[in-house]
Amino acid sequence: MRWLLVKDLRILRRSPLLLGLLVAYPLVVALLVGAALSSGPAKPKVAFANLVAPGDAGFSLGGRELDAGVYAEQLFEQVDPIRVRTRDAALEKVRSGEALGALVIPADVIDRLRGTLALGGGPPPEVEVYYSAENPLKRRYVESTIQSTLADANKALTDEIVKEAARYLALIVTGGSIDLPLVGEVDVLGLRRAQGIIDAAIGGLPEDDPARVALVQVSRFARLAADNLDISRPILASIGTPVAVREQALEGSRADLDVFGVEVAVLISLMLVCLLLAAGMLALEREEHAFGRLVRGLVSRSGLLAEKLCLAALAGWLLGAAMLAVLVAWLDLGWGRTPLWLAALALGAAGFAALGVAIGALAREVRAASLLAFMLALPVAALALVPSGAVGSGLYAGITVVSGAFPFKPALEALDAALSGGDVLAPAAHLVALTAAFAVLARVALRRFG
Amino acid sequence: MAIGDVAAPVALRADGLAKAFGARRALRDVTFAAAPGELLALIGPNGAGKTTLLEILAGVQSASAGSVSLTPGEAGWVPQQPAVYTKLSVRENLELFARLERVDDHEAAVVRMLEQTGLQERAGDPLGTLSGGNRQRVNLAVGLLGRPSVLLLDEPSAALDPRQREKLWELVTAAAHRDGVAVVFSTHDVAEAERHADRLLVLADGELLYSGAPADLRAATEAHDALDLEGAFVRFLRERGH
Repeated sequence: MRWLLVKDLRILRRSPLLLGLLVAYPLVVALLVGAALSSGPAKPKVAFANLVAPGDAGFSLGGRELDAGVYAEQLFEQVDPIRVRTRDAALEKVRSGEALGALVIPADVIDRLRGTLALGGGPPPEVEVYYSAENPLKRRYVESTIQSTLADANKALTDEIVKEAARYLALIVTGGSIDLPLVGEVDVLGLRRAQGIIDAAIGGLPEDDPARVALVQVSRFARLAADNLDISRPILASIGTPVAVREQALEGSRADLDVFGVEVAVLISLMLVCLLLAAGMLALEREEHAFGRLVRGLVSRSGLLAEKLCLAALAGWLLGAAMLAVLVAWLDLGWGRTPLWLAALALGAAGFAALGVAIGALAREVRAASLLAFMLALPVAALALVPSGAVGSGLYAGITVVSGAFPFKPALEALDAALSGGDVLAPAAHLVALTAAFAVLARVALRRFG
Repeated sequence: MAIGDVAAPVALRADGLAKAFGARRALRDVTFAAAPGELLALIGPNGAGKTTLLEILAGVQSASAGSVSLTPGEAGWVPQQPAVYTKLSVRENLELFARLERVDDHEAAVVRMLEQTGLQERAGDPLGTLSGGNRQRVNLAVGLLGRPSVLLLDEPSAALDPRQREKLWELVTAAAHRDGVAVVFSTHDVAEAERHADRLLVLADGELLYSGAPADLRAATEAHDALDLEGAFVRFLRERGH
């Protein structure tokens, strides 16, 4: 077996194009997948036309002067704005494809806002949003981004209004002074103070005074109103955020998105190298017509399979370990768990290599084996990444069964547990079982290989 | 040597060999023997079972029934397509198979085979750059590396031009006559069989119909006087329903 291994390494060394593709292609695929998984979507470019006259962005709320520009800036946290001066310029940016959408703040928006806040009636303030209809996917993306951004800005404004309303309520309940535009500072008596005055007045009246009954009723009303308005303050405060969110992960990966992206990227490389190498090198024995010569006593069929499995697993493991070492250093994940992730990679490599020799034995030709390996590998990886809840429960059960029949999912679970903590043994045992099963399948397929 | 002549030395003996692929019977009760240094030509129509018989003798396939006196290590196997690695050089191919065959002095064996095949000057060239004839010579050299007592060749000259064919037969006949190697080869070229073989084995539908000298095949037909060997062979098969 040693000489076969030396022979295969020599053949690989003399096929620089094949070797280069075998290393470069999985690396490129892995990097693309890893980058796509670990980085969130880029901010969409949105044309932004603010038609409000400079210096006219202020509005008054309960005697406080606020700047609408502060709320407008919140829009830019989730979009990449292309600032333009006119509505037409904004629309042109969308039409030309430079921007995915346009957001126009009309000139009258502040006046309308002032009217709404002063309870003066009139139409509420509106902003205009335009989308590119070029691509439904893009449209949906921009639409949801702008809507969520506007919701954030609305919430910030609502919070201010609620805060101000609560201050008014407090003033009505307890009394105090308020500074009103044009009027100046006004002292508000407040319900509690009013109740105190009435109670004092009642105390000074004779028991049979007919006014006493009416004043007692007014005092009771003032107390009831003050108590209930006190309760309404927290209710009012909850309008801005009626439902609070408390997040807690119950099970599954503890890895953050960067680490998960690294795990998937490394495993895709490992999978492609192991599958292609194992399937291709086994099928090559038949294409070179050497299989018959080898198995007539020079090497057993099982020995030949073991040699291809070891070659592919070793090559894949070395590549995967090198990639992961670089990424661990880059992401500063620490080296304490290195033996664990090296072992997880080795088990994954063995599983993929066993699947590879099974493919090679079944396909029997290098081109067919390579094609089959590609056709199988990428859907299997994609299925393993489907989260529960993303599809119907029946379909997810089917996906779980299919994913469990191939090494990608258990390899991902093992590597995830090795890098981020969790149960390594269960996915490791799963991988060992799959390796044995695919090795047996390859051995059976080898009966009709020659 | 006649079949069943137990007094003569025997390099190879096949007894009652049968092979079935599902319902199809590829070989039926094939029995023959070969003496050291004897050249046996295995001829028959397409699908007769020639390659199956040779592969069973070589140990590539197992028989459904019957026995072969050889162990795989005793026979040199030369399949129809050169079973060598095109990315390796001539020398590397010979070294690899010498090691896999566990030849005692593998370096000496490689040098010997390079000399016998006349490929010393091409020893460092990758197989992929060699002509079909030279590849077949390397294929034959691999078969002879372990100094086998029996050499089994499956249509060894099928894709060769006359000059390459002549060189190949020089090697094969030298192995038989000089080293006493029993040679069993299959061919569709009846003239080649007549020229090089001591004995013909005629196989049709998995059945061994004839074993004897080429000249005697004419006598085995009803109108033998006006025919060459190829005509006699065709007539022989037709008379037996093939």
